[in-house]
Amino acid sequence: MTAEPVEAAAPGGLSRRRRRQLSLGGQYGLFLAVVVLVALLADWDRLRANFANRDVARDLFPDIITVGLRNTVVYTAVGFGIGLALGLVVALMRLSPVAPYRWFAAVYIEIFRGLPLLLIFIFITVGVPLAFGSPAPGGAVGQTGLALGLAGAAYMAETIRAGIEAVPKGQTEAARSLGMSAGRAMSSIVIPQAFRIVIPPLTNQLVLLCKDSSLVLFLGIVLEERELTKFGRDLAGQVGNTTPIIVAGVCYLIITIPLSLLARRLEARQRRGRR
Amino acid sequence: MTAVKTETSGGAIEIGGLRKAFGANEVLRGIDLRVASGEVVCVIGPSGSGKSTLLRCVNLLEEPTAGTVRVGGVDVTAPDVDIDAVRRRIGMVFQSFNLFPHLTALGNVVIAQRKVLRRGRAEAERIAREQLEGVGLADKTGSYPAQLSGGQQQRVAIARALAMGPEVMLFDEPTSALDPELVGDVLGVMRGLARPGEGRGMTMLVVTHEMGFAREVADRVVFMDGGVVVEEGPPARVIDDPAHERTRTFLSRVLDPAAARVGETD
Ligand SMILES: Nc1ncnc2c1ncn2[C@@H]1O[C@H](COP(=O)(O)OP(=O)(O)OP(=O)(O)O)[C@@H](O)[C@H]1O
Ligand SMILES: [Mg+2]
Repeated sequence: MTAEPVEAAAPGGLSRRRRRQLSLGGQYGLFLAVVVLVALLADWDRLRANFANRDVARDLFPDIITVGLRNTVVYTAVGFGIGLALGLVVALMRLSPVAPYRWFAAVYIEIFRGLPLLLIFIFITVGVPLAFGSPAPGGAVGQTGLALGLAGAAYMAETIRAGIEAVPKGQTEAARSLGMSAGRAMSSIVIPQAFRIVIPPLTNQLVLLCKDSSLVLFLGIVLEERELTKFGRDLAGQVGNTTPIIVAGVCYLIITIPLSLLARRLEARQRRGRR
Repeated sequence: MTAVKTETSGGAIEIGGLRKAFGANEVLRGIDLRVASGEVVCVIGPSGSGKSTLLRCVNLLEEPTAGTVRVGGVDVTAPDVDIDAVRRRIGMVFQSFNLFPHLTALGNVVIAQRKVLRRGRAEAERIAREQLEGVGLADKTGSYPAQLSGGQQQRVAIARALAMGPEVMLFDEPTSALDPELVGDVLGVMRGLARPGEGRGMTMLVVTHEMGFAREVADRVVFMDGGVVVEEGPPARVIDDPAHERTRTFLSRVLDPAAARVGETD
């Protein structure tokens, strides 16, 4: 607002405030009209039968939890574990005084951030057996974990590197002046502080990996290895009904929404600053 | 405040022909300085004169370009020297404390004892408690650095260095970042370290602008400017009756801040 009086008549003969009220009212009206139109046009009985069929939903339990949800959690956890360990290594290489390490890390990060995740999945399942004469170890868990981990590591490495660089130089100097070696100072002093800084972004990374684990859909996996998405799609096909997809979606949200909320809270707490 | 414990005390520091350049910028231009065992030497000098760099060369946080540094008879600038073993024998206290924020006061004093000296947990904690008690913080062992005042943090930093049983202690403007009312506690601890009730005091090389402390505690005062030692001698002589014009100008600024402001405009 400038120094102009609020109630001064604007060109249209209406005051500024009045015009703002009208414009807001128009937006609400349009929104309501769209909602009502969609509600009227939709065939609710058909939607309910297809999307929220209670009998179909009931038959999904307990397998959608004990097989689908469980495998989603396992794939995500293994992928995150591999990604975190590899990401830490790549981050340390990126910060290394040894130039070839830095180059390798930079190339790794660019390649795996630049490729579609599906391509990495296909590479692991098709390429690895061709190149090494046997598939990646650990069955579906190993292959999915590896694919998610390889891709996740590229993102996590950048996050962790930023976290390490955010720890003041005086911390390393204090540690070194107490006689700690460079590696000891890094592992006992710098990395614990860096991880505190990167926990919120890593939590977001976990949410992404959880959703990306659905790409197993494109791999040849046996029944007990199905995670939420493949489980939902298979059953939707079997019963000719969309309800399993909806239930699978709800299962994802049960994991992802609390994690996202947690990440946001950790971020807020960090912004308030304990240090 | 006189209960500061030192396990070993008094290696000498001998600095000869020390030079340090950052690129083309030669910051130390041939420093010769000896701190005898148990002696306290205060270094004063204007900003940028190389005081911090001198201290950092002694414990190899900076690598000297030329010259030698001997601590307790060991040449720390020798090419085959174990840098970590050298630093273990040299305590350093920074202007900005540099406590580890993710550890409690006790944890700060314990960690290097455990990881570097390989002391057991019980022993390391016992020594840490003794040291924290020695600096007047027996009741703050469980506090995190963020919960402590600047003066308390700096005293934890001193306890952390002492717990390693150093032969010499380096202080780089330990009270410059403190509110005036907190300076006294830290200087009190340092005084107790330099002049313990019994036995010989710690060998100390202290960069400070606390002239009262230098006058009272220092055996010698060294005035540095432009990367060289301009003059040195007993505090009474250097502070109260300096021989060089540069020393006089500097002291008049430090002792009278108003004069400093006038001095900067000419
Ligand atoms: N790591 C470094 N790289 C490049 N130049 C440096 C570095 N450290 C110090 N210097 C330069 O060396 C000179 C002396 O710095 P030093 O910190 O030793 O001065 P000082 O006497 O401690 O000053 P102050 O009283 O401000 O702490 C300065 O000009 C500074 O810019
Ligand atoms: Mg300095």
